Amino acid sequence: MLELTILAPALINGAMTGAVYALIALGLTLVFGVLHIINFAHGSLLMVAMYGVFFLNLYLGIDPYLAIPVMTAGMFALGFGLQRSVISKASHGRDEMILLVTLGISLIIENLSLYLWSADTRNLQLSYGFAVVNLGVALVSRTRVIAFIAAIVLCAMLWLLIGRTDLGKAIRAVAKEKQGARVVGIDVDHIYAMSFGIGVACLGAAACLLLPIYYVNPQVGNVFVLVAFTIVVLGGMGSFVGAFVGGIIIGIAESMGGLFLGESLGQIGIFLIFIGILLFRPTGLFGART
Amino acid sequence: MRRTVAVGVVALGLALAVPLVVRSGFWLHLLTLMLFFGYLGGSWNILGGYAGQFSFGHAAFFGTGAYVTAILQLNLGLNPWVAMLFAVTGGALVGLVIGFLSFRYGLRGSYFALITLAFSEVLRVLATTAKITNGGQGLVVPLRAGLGNFQFPSKAGYYYVALTLTVISLAVAWGIEHSRFGARLMAVRENEEAAEALGVNAFGHKLAAITIAGMMAGAGGTFYVQMFYYIDPRIAYGPAISVESLLVSIIGGMGTVFGPFLGSVVLHLVGDLTRQGLTDAPGMSLVLYGVLLILILRYLPNGLIGGARSLAARVGLRAGGAASAG
Amino acid sequence: MLRVSRLSKSFGGLRAVDDVSLEVAEGRIVALIGPNGAGKTTLFAMISGFLRPDAGTVVFRGTDITGMARHRICELGLVRTFQLVQPFVGLTVRENIAIGAHVRLARRRDALAKAAEVAERVRLTRQLDEPAARLTVAGRKRLELARALATQPKLLLLDEVMAGLTPTETEEVVQIIRAIRASGVTVLLIEHVMQAVMRLSEHICVLSDGRIIAEGRPAEIAAHPRVIEAYLGHGAAARMVASATTGSGDGH
Repeated sequence: MLELTILAPALINGAMTGAVYALIALGLTLVFGVLHIINFAHGSLLMVAMYGVFFLNLYLGIDPYLAIPVMTAGMFALGFGLQRSVISKASHGRDEMILLVTLGISLIIENLSLYLWSADTRNLQLSYGFAVVNLGVALVSRTRVIAFIAAIVLCAMLWLLIGRTDLGKAIRAVAKEKQGARVVGIDVDHIYAMSFGIGVACLGAAACLLLPIYYVNPQVGNVFVLVAFTIVVLGGMGSFVGAFVGGIIIGIAESMGGLFLGESLGQIGIFLIFIGILLFRPTGLFGART
Repeated sequence: MRRTVAVGVVALGLALAVPLVVRSGFWLHLLTLMLFFGYLGGSWNILGGYAGQFSFGHAAFFGTGAYVTAILQLNLGLNPWVAMLFAVTGGALVGLVIGFLSFRYGLRGSYFALITLAFSEVLRVLATTAKITNGGQGLVVPLRAGLGNFQFPSKAGYYYVALTLTVISLAVAWGIEHSRFGARLMAVRENEEAAEALGVNAFGHKLAAITIAGMMAGAGGTFYVQMFYYIDPRIAYGPAISVESLLVSIIGGMGTVFGPFLGSVVLHLVGDLTRQGLTDAPGMSLVLYGVLLILILRYLPNGLIGGARSLAARVGLRAGGAASAG
Repeated sequence: MLRVSRLSKSFGGLRAVDDVSLEVAEGRIVALIGPNGAGKTTLFAMISGFLRPDAGTVVFRGTDITGMARHRICELGLVRTFQLVQPFVGLTVRENIAIGAHVRLARRRDALAKAAEVAERVRLTRQLDEPAARLTVAGRKRLELARALATQPKLLLLDEVMAGLTPTETEEVVQIIRAIRASGVTVLLIEHVMQAVMRLSEHICVLSDGRIIAEGRPAEIAAHPRVIEAYLGHGAAARMVASATTGSGDGH
């Protein structure tokens, strides 16, 4: 059996990465919960955000963590604009159409990135990039710890936004009963755009947390798309708690899978979880029945 | 009806004569690819256009066919034409499994699309790690030109095979549109519950559709391997084939006989013009594909063929004066 | 023709259908009425295979069809329409009806011809080659009826086929249903339009809170105190009798 010295770091690293996954999944589940659409472009938008963080650092010397406000705002604007000008118009409101429209968006974004920035993998060169924190049972890289804490903080902020503000109330109203919300005077189209914007803004923040740990190239979006979807269906479409718990679980599962099965085969674990949930428990752990 | 047949015969004649007139290897290759992807799109169209189940993992069938062909040739020395039969079977089996699981558990719409993608990815990772597929390095089929070995020294040979495949896919689509099976399939697409209330076994029909699509795509895999002599997990099961299969159908017109073929022609022309006129860098043509997809979804949701039909209807109405008031 | 025995269905804690038994004799027009939420559509769903009953059986022409697959039940000759009409939106009216016809006819040409024939019976001939999406509500209801008819059923379950129609349109449907019965089809219908129900049906079953509270000929049902109470509330029957004896002088 494996010893604690190997298991513990894997577990802890997994949970920490899981928190960032949770942040990514939160954006996706928000979009699904409110707009009832599956945003296939979620992964490529994350990739674009990561390039954003990279170039901010490269050309303006901005530290990725300090870039969080800028990136969040910028991605919000991008998401808002996309929903308002492209998605709502092209999809004619039909579920499958929206999936196809977002597929189209992801094609454009991914290949434009390929064209502009080539397929080379880029990395951040940070002074503290290799610093570690001693947790007793394991040594964890500092970037992961920061990511973990920041992700939790951001999830909490999102929770407050949706639960305590007027905007959040309007969003929840539209998510629950669109026509009713319209009747009481809520501008549903505006809320749709706001929700999509917030969902994508999460990616901006997540990108700032991920890039120090990871790398970026035009293909990273694909890696994260299915992971994000798995988390969302595991946690339950539209459930915040579910997305968070799901993120941690998947982070750990991925880490464990990599440990026992190796990198490639470990990936299969995630896909199989996804398939299994869709088939046998589509509402996930916390999801509402549609 | 007789006029359509006459037009068809003429078109076929012209198509058969093309390699005699077109000498350029480049153009023959392009035409062959146009036909091939029209065929592949046609196979997607059976499930996506007629049955209304959008698959994002069409590569699962294609890749299986390709690998079966390559492996049987390399390991058992099987003749590729014979291997194609196994490839078709392989595609059918993959279709049956994915279809049975997905439809038995009631997956539709976006959920179905995502699960097909997941299956495709699982196969890709398996192909990358398995020994029989030679992992990420892929498989190379030995060069041995000759009709009997499904390899051709000149582009014309592949062109004719692609043409045959195209005719088959057009025939299948036409057969579906004019049969009880097809009518029922489309009823399931429109409204599954209502169809069942009218005696249609929705599960059975969807399963049949995905199996047919799988068979056709499996044969497509064989063609690909014989033409390019090489297959690897990314090509076999990666997103490229899945995306292109659905793109040509949607852009050309889902649920139509000629839609996928038309879509393929348009996409390849766009791709080629981009490469010649704009830039050689990778990615730009796909960007345009994405733009085209969104434009079609926005303005011509029934694809180019659907757009042409509406146009014809409107022109017909104006010419005929005040026709049916609707 | 149809024998429903002790059918029950609960959703969570709610007993939607509670121990319901009824019989429909061949060639009759039977109506199922009752206030909203009484369980009528749930009963239909169980009879036609769209819902699995918790208890009880459904026997159709001697065959136990309880829990049988929906499409098989249709093949046996029992077909239902939907309260919320469900046209095949992307197909034409003709193609819609042809789907029904295909239950008995394998060849496309035959089914399309049969579709035209059935369209005639429900007065949809003018719209045969129009997309179903373009039909009005009344048209869609008739399309729903036509599709079911095209399957050449022995028993037709009509769910509120007259809801939302004008009096003229309702009258047309009444005629059509009479003609359907004359052609040998038994009809069981859920309806709220009372005038039509009273004139059309020979036998009425009244469902309230999941239970059959009355059965009989239209005249009996109209005067039945429990039926009046189910619709108008507790004590309404007594009030009506009281006001009738004191006399409001309206000559009612």
